[in-house]
Amino acid sequence: MTRTLLTIALVLLLGGAARAERLIVSVSNHRVTVTPNYSGEELVLFGSVERDATTPADRTAYDLVVTVRGPRADMVTRRKERTFGIWINTDYRQFLQVPSYLALFANRPFDAITSPEIARRQQIGLNNVLLTQRVGGDYADVVPNDAFRSAFIRLRTQRGLYREDPSAVTFLTPTLFRTGIPLPAEVPIGTYEIEIKLFANGAFIGKTETAFEIVKVGFEQFVATTARHNGFLYGLATVAMALMTGWMASIVFRKD
Amino acid sequence: MQLYLPIADLPVNVFLVLAMGAAVGFVSGMFGIGGGFLMTPLLIFIGITPAVAVASVASHIAASSFSGALSYWRRRAIDPALASVLLCGGVTGTTLGVWAFTQLRALGQLDLMIALSYVVLLTTVGSLMFSEGLRALMRTRRGALPPRRTHNWIHGLPLKMRFKRSKIYLSVIPVVVVGILIGFIGAIMGIGGGFILVPIMIYLLRVPTSTVIGTSMVLTLVTMLFATMLHAVTNHLVDAVLALILMVGGVTGAQFGARAGQKIRGEQLRLLLGLLILSVGIRFAIELVIQPSDLFTIRELGVSG
Repeated sequence: MTRTLLTIALVLLLGGAARAERLIVSVSNHRVTVTPNYSGEELVLFGSVERDATTPADRTAYDLVVTVRGPRADMVTRRKERTFGIWINTDYRQFLQVPSYLALFANRPFDAITSPEIARRQQIGLNNVLLTQRVGGDYADVVPNDAFRSAFIRLRTQRGLYREDPSAVTFLTPTLFRTGIPLPAEVPIGTYEIEIKLFANGAFIGKTETAFEIVKVGFEQFVATTARHNGFLYGLATVAMALMTGWMASIVFRKD
Repeated sequence: MQLYLPIADLPVNVFLVLAMGAAVGFVSGMFGIGGGFLMTPLLIFIGITPAVAVASVASHIAASSFSGALSYWRRRAIDPALASVLLCGGVTGTTLGVWAFTQLRALGQLDLMIALSYVVLLTTVGSLMFSEGLRALMRTRRGALPPRRTHNWIHGLPLKMRFKRSKIYLSVIPVVVVGILIGFIGAIMGIGGGFILVPIMIYLLRVPTSTVIGTSMVLTLVTMLFATMLHAVTNHLVDAVLALILMVGGVTGAQFGARAGQKIRGEQLRLLLGLLILSVGIRFAIELVIQPSDLFTIRELGVSG
């Protein structure tokens, strides 16, 4: 198994090296820690397009699309309908293993970068990102203007968890670029994948990947894992805390 | 000052939550109720999911009712026998309630159930209390005597027991049923149930006012401690950090509320409380009836990896 993976990795590496351009990227922070005063953060991704001898001389203008995907989760979108005069949840769709955070950044509008066909294949733009739904017994993505799909994207966008910005990537020189990755306070904990796709003259010519993680540390980490794995002890501790607080108050405010 | 809540996964302003705890604590101290029916909606309003709010408020109510129960115990205003019979029902009711909570959460109808129960319960109890307070107020103004207490069908039930400190002779059946009811409602709605329990005990069970609040606080305390445990074990949704901030604010506010409450006459107090409960109920009713600004909602089913 390891050997197969290694071979695949090697082939991919050689394949990458054989391409005309190479992307070198890095993020400002590979490990975002959630501390008690954490209230969101902005990471910076920067990198350069490395050209070599095989690069066609006339290829100088590049386009970049950066996709950031947070940890995947199953989500349910529900629709309220008026029943007996009150608004209650009736219909629902389940989205399977969709990114909890999704950001698409580019240096110019997606439709100016490449053709609709390639954009669809490379999942460029929120309309083209694969969001698998369970429809009855089937697993499939649906048309971009599906009511549940667009509501899902709209709600995630409102919370700052899904975003697309076709002007976020800036080229400092024709080959050196940077972009900010805004992370609102309520972004989920976990591993985030960044995929950087390079286009020239509308054609997809290569990509690279990197990642960062958001982790709870210290006290937050301790509380969260205890609550999940030692529910009984956690409950006892909370109960003890409640009794202590109540008892202290009755001592402090005692009127004798 | 922002503080990150480890279970709610959300940063909140500590002073805002403290102030909310203190304000609700003031009301609860003033009227001798837990105040959960005010706290839970407030938490939902600042962006905490209903499930986490309900689970965390339970421990907050436990803290404030413990501090209350201690002072009532010193004044010998708690009936231990009555409290233990109520508790038998309360513990059963809470278990059923937490089970129902888990089932409803899986069905996606928890928010609706919470909202519906708030509307029904708060408007009913609120209007009953309000009208009763109004009648009592008019009676005292006219100088008439309160109507003589009569025995009702509840006093004809078998399995009678003597509750010494309350000086009543009563069947255990209605007491256990009331306990189950309060425990069940409390676990689902994230309320202590004091505002329902006290009127039931006074008007239905004829428990004297000297022991009613203290005894109801014992039931609230134990059911809420139990609810905290069950929520922690089954749903892992109790946010201890949030609960601690609420507790500190709550117990402090409750002391000042209790002092303010002693300055107001009983009927006016009931009138005010009725009005307060009624307005919270109406607010929930309006929310259910008018078209929501967004018909769609998303719920995450747990992050993997």
